[in-house]
Amino acid sequence: MNPEQHILAERLKVITRRHFFARCASGIGSLALASLANRSLLAAAPANPLAPKPSHFPARAKRIIFFHMAGGPSQLDLFDYKPALIKLSGQECPESYRKGERFAFIKGIPKLLGTPHAFARHGQCGAELSCMLPHLATVVDDIAIVKSMHTTQFNHAPAQLFMHTGSPLMGRPSMGAWLTYGLGTENQDLPGFVVLASGGKAPDGGSSLWGSGFVPTVYQGVQCRSQGDPVLYVSNPPGFTPADRRRSLDTLNALNRMQLDEIGDPETLTRIEQYELAYRMQTSVPELMEIAKEPPAIHELYGTEPGKASFANNCLLARRLIERGVRFVSLFDWGWDSHGTAKNTDIRSGLQAQCDNTDRACAALVKDLKQRGLLDDTLIVWGGEFGRTPMNEDRHKNPAFIGRDHHPHAFTMWLAGGGIRPGITYGATDEIGYRVVENPVHVHDLQATILHLMGLDHTKLTYRFQGRDFRLTDVAGHVVKELLA
Amino acid sequence: MPFRNEPHTGISDSEPMALAQRRRQRSGVSAILTTAGLVLLTAVLSGNAAPPLPSKVEFNRHIRPIIADNCLLCHGHDKGTRKAGLRLDERDYALKGVNGRAALVPGNAAASEMFKRITSTDPTKAMPALGNKLSAHQIALFEKWINDGAKYELHWSYLPPQKKAPPAKGHPIDVFIRAELEKEKLSPSPEADRRTLIRRLSFDLIGLPATPEEVDAFENDKSPDACEKLVERLLGSEHYGERMAVHWLDLVRYADTVGYHGDQNTHVTPYRDYVIASFNQNVRYDRFTREQLAGDLLPNATIENKIASAYNRLNMVTREGGAQAKEYLAKYAADRVRTTSSVWMGATVGCAECHDHKFDPYTMKDFYSFAAFFADVKEEGVYTPSAFYSRFEPAVLLASDEEKKKLAEFDKEVAAIDKEIAAAGKDKAAVKALKEKRKEADKRRGEFDTTLPACVVTESVAPRTMRILARGNWMDETGEIVQPGVPHFMPQPNTPTLQHSTTPPRLSRLDLANWFVSRENPLTARVFVNRLWKLYFGTGLSKTLDELGTRGEWPRHLDLLDWLAIEFMDSGWDVKHMVRLMVTSATYRQTSKPTDKLKEADPYNRLHARQSRPRLEAEFVRDNALAISGLLVPKVGGVSAKPYQPGDYYKELNFPRRTYTPDKGDSQYRRGLYTHWQRTYLQPSLMAFDAPSREECTAERNVSNTPLQALALLNDPTYVEAARVFAARIIAQGGDGFEARLRWAWRRALSRTPTAKEAAAMKELFEKQLAGFKGNADAARQLMTVGYAPVPEKLDVTELAAWTSVSRTILNLHETIVRY
Repeated sequence: MNPEQHILAERLKVITRRHFFARCASGIGSLALASLANRSLLAAAPANPLAPKPSHFPARAKRIIFFHMAGGPSQLDLFDYKPALIKLSGQECPESYRKGERFAFIKGIPKLLGTPHAFARHGQCGAELSCMLPHLATVVDDIAIVKSMHTTQFNHAPAQLFMHTGSPLMGRPSMGAWLTYGLGTENQDLPGFVVLASGGKAPDGGSSLWGSGFVPTVYQGVQCRSQGDPVLYVSNPPGFTPADRRRSLDTLNALNRMQLDEIGDPETLTRIEQYELAYRMQTSVPELMEIAKEPPAIHELYGTEPGKASFANNCLLARRLIERGVRFVSLFDWGWDSHGTAKNTDIRSGLQAQCDNTDRACAALVKDLKQRGLLDDTLIVWGGEFGRTPMNEDRHKNPAFIGRDHHPHAFTMWLAGGGIRPGITYGATDEIGYRVVENPVHVHDLQATILHLMGLDHTKLTYRFQGRDFRLTDVAGHVVKELLA
Repeated sequence: MPFRNEPHTGISDSEPMALAQRRRQRSGVSAILTTAGLVLLTAVLSGNAAPPLPSKVEFNRHIRPIIADNCLLCHGHDKGTRKAGLRLDERDYALKGVNGRAALVPGNAAASEMFKRITSTDPTKAMPALGNKLSAHQIALFEKWINDGAKYELHWSYLPPQKKAPPAKGHPIDVFIRAELEKEKLSPSPEADRRTLIRRLSFDLIGLPATPEEVDAFENDKSPDACEKLVERLLGSEHYGERMAVHWLDLVRYADTVGYHGDQNTHVTPYRDYVIASFNQNVRYDRFTREQLAGDLLPNATIENKIASAYNRLNMVTREGGAQAKEYLAKYAADRVRTTSSVWMGATVGCAECHDHKFDPYTMKDFYSFAAFFADVKEEGVYTPSAFYSRFEPAVLLASDEEKKKLAEFDKEVAAIDKEIAAAGKDKAAVKALKEKRKEADKRRGEFDTTLPACVVTESVAPRTMRILARGNWMDETGEIVQPGVPHFMPQPNTPTLQHSTTPPRLSRLDLANWFVSRENPLTARVFVNRLWKLYFGTGLSKTLDELGTRGEWPRHLDLLDWLAIEFMDSGWDVKHMVRLMVTSATYRQTSKPTDKLKEADPYNRLHARQSRPRLEAEFVRDNALAISGLLVPKVGGVSAKPYQPGDYYKELNFPRRTYTPDKGDSQYRRGLYTHWQRTYLQPSLMAFDAPSREECTAERNVSNTPLQALALLNDPTYVEAARVFAARIIAQGGDGFEARLRWAWRRALSRTPTAKEAAAMKELFEKQLAGFKGNADAARQLMTVGYAPVPEKLDVTELAAWTSVSRTILNLHETIVRY
């Protein structure tokens, strides 16, 4: 054996051993056993931390698209229709609701606020939706609406962190990081966890919402930018052609190999692999971003305009990403913080504009995945970090605008595909939509359910940090079985 | 391969933590294999056969890790999760057992309920209930331990270190290390060659490469103390403090921005410079500790003392409108407990925020008593949302007289406009115009103000009431009120140092600092020397740098760790003395190249029979490229620098919106540690190379090896510019002809000459690239537009571009960014 083969063989020995223990520890030995038993398979043992890894049990979903409508969409004006609240609109909120409560902005005794929007039933399931969501109305039989979400946080940044990392504090791994850590990813030419943002601003929780916390940085979300390099530094320097790039890389690899022979540091081999992956990304990422090549019917479906930074374009990109085997795509859209302090946060004009901007593309994604047969094993999650109050916030005492404050006790999310039971509405709130009264779903329950659909036991996907085994759901979370198909 | 905790990667010097934990379960694995009917596979794993039983089973070394991993979650001292009322964390409880059945009967394993359970085949009785069964080896250890009397020990790290004399004569580190090697029948590796040594020492001590001249001088120095002289030179360099600061700034989570919400800028760079200067002046660690925790409380506190006290203000804070002050004050308090206990104690006291610690004896009361030390720190729960340019008071303004004068002029201007507004009265149009004008003036003032040197500091005020918050709930106002205090099970501090009018007298941050650095404290010195060891040997003696408690790794070289800890205290907390001691040992000087035998026997180099091979840390990857190219501006301290990154990199930051303008001139080429540290949008190349966001205390960085690193080194303008400037230097200074120039370049970047094979490969690249650029001089000119550095006009641009292809390849070599 030459030194390189020798190192490779040796490395494989250790990898395989590690791989093996890892599998056994999580109760699944079959794959590792198979590869151990077969020498030729042994040689193919993955050295790459992002290589696909078996789940704890068979997965219903292989990939996730997570829509985060940052700011907290008003469930009462979109999903959770409350005739009683309309009737009581303008009356003071009873003390029984206010007692012991703190609000982000509401001061004094707020007045109840019924929705100004019309609602109607749709589909065979008869789900009730606001008329601001005409496109979503066409796919209600494919989605599950959860009206009983609740959280513990009522400020944006901590609530968003809670939704994505299971903790209101910064510094914990995000859901996408946990999933790529646990499952790897299927396309080695692209990052396993990609983030897209629209609405002109990042969510308040910032990049910590797709951070890797204490798990290795290789698992953090890579933000695809709408302008400039889609992934930072993916372009060659000016004046450098693809031929120059290949030639330089060949020389670099050759020199690294010579060094490997000389010093025998196996990390050099990994370095060579990572340069090759970077090289492939230089082709695959720009190709991915070329949505202009999609047929007109698709642009019509989503409402996409190539070259523009828009939510619709991000939806289409999300489909292209998961089509290529990316494990987790997060879409953040800013602008759902309907306080009613100005026109753009009014629950009439402002919320209408947000819906106009997103409704078609969201529904298009469900339809498009379905027609491609991808909906069965792709999970879509849609929602915000919390809900909004049944009361008018009225911060500036300006009757020209109406809006709602942050509300952690009840909000609505919807899910589709990937093992979700379609055409159901789950959970219910009280007559004014203040509190959950039926089948509450805590954020940790949602996370446990998402991991379950991906074939992972949320109590077993752990990472040891500072002497403790951490997990996404902290010490809580129950899989919501009723949501499973 | 790269991941400390990642079970799926290849071999590297650093053992993945998950594996370390699982090693204990190895024979458990063979049991699984047998049941799977794949007995043949045990052969593959034969290297991992259960080790023989030790002659003496020690609680801390052998038993405690098994109990911690398998039992304490349900049978620890957290009553919230305790099952069946049984506790195994303390001997008395275990002897008592429950329902008249003793969990442990000393001297009689067979009669011990615990032993019956771990050996039971009845699934309703077998323990542990969660996770894997214990291995045969673990069970044997238990059996012997119980039969020998089932003696408990307080966790080793809570017992004072014992200074045992090194077992032989010689450098104490080498003596301790070799004693363990002999047990494994291994011998140390030979000393590394001179050029490797000077390269290693330069990276380790100052974070910069050695110049070819320095390498030559060292190689030619035949005096017996050549190494010691080199170490002294490097310890005397002002760059030593910079290298040490990188590690310290990670621990204290130093950053230029506040983290939460809009992640606005704060003023804190003088604290960073204080840290650098303290390491350079070899300020003793006890003083360094007092100044940071309680600089403001020291008698006759100087400006420097106050700047040091910025330590207490480095936590993330918010300006989010609608945020609840009380909630955030609780967050800040918890953050300080997490960070301070981690920095000085290597302890996870933070776990006790919501429940008693599950594995260590920290209680919730300990947590909130610890937090109460900081209850006098003047701060806001939510800082004023409107003013971007505020200093997050309290802060000291460190402006020159001239700057202060200019600031006063701005103030005058604003005041004048205010007068005009008042005069304009009801003239709406005029008032509107004036208000616009005032806004402009305000902005100009703010922009100037924000450039002035200032530093947040600690100011002591009447302490807030600190209560135990049930499950960490900040809204709960029913919990017990607590006074400042250190963990109850550790040696307690004496009466308060400071005389306050408070009754009863209250312990202060100064007492906390004094307690950390008292001889009785079992943790502080161990934690520090363990982390120092990591800097020079690649892995800590206990590899869990952030946790020396129950869940930390048992240090195989505990005697050495304790010897070093006591030496550190005996030396009067002399940091340079400890560094010198480590890097002048033969253990440090060994080659990093393992023999086949070593690779097999100790693949992760935990026995230190050779040196380790760490990749340079993020900041030093940058410094190295800048130094090689000649671009580096080695100025120490000052305002943070803004290296290249896309102008819209902060575009998603709000309150307010920001654009990014890279610095021009000298500050573009400063060392990585001076980079403007934006917590939520860290500079992308630093991030790619695993620099932490500094949201939380980081004792050990992840070490990854990713395509994003390749893209950064290849295409980040910093590295492209470094390559083209390096190329110009190679042509100008490297002599005539390709070979001479390549040799010059190689020596500068790698401290050695290229091999014939390397030179041939490079020559081929150079010639092809030269031919290409000659056919397309425009492309060559384009390549030269990257970065602000001027392009030497005299040089032929096609040759320069071809050499840039060569130098860029050199800067991307694995060897270039690794310390061997």
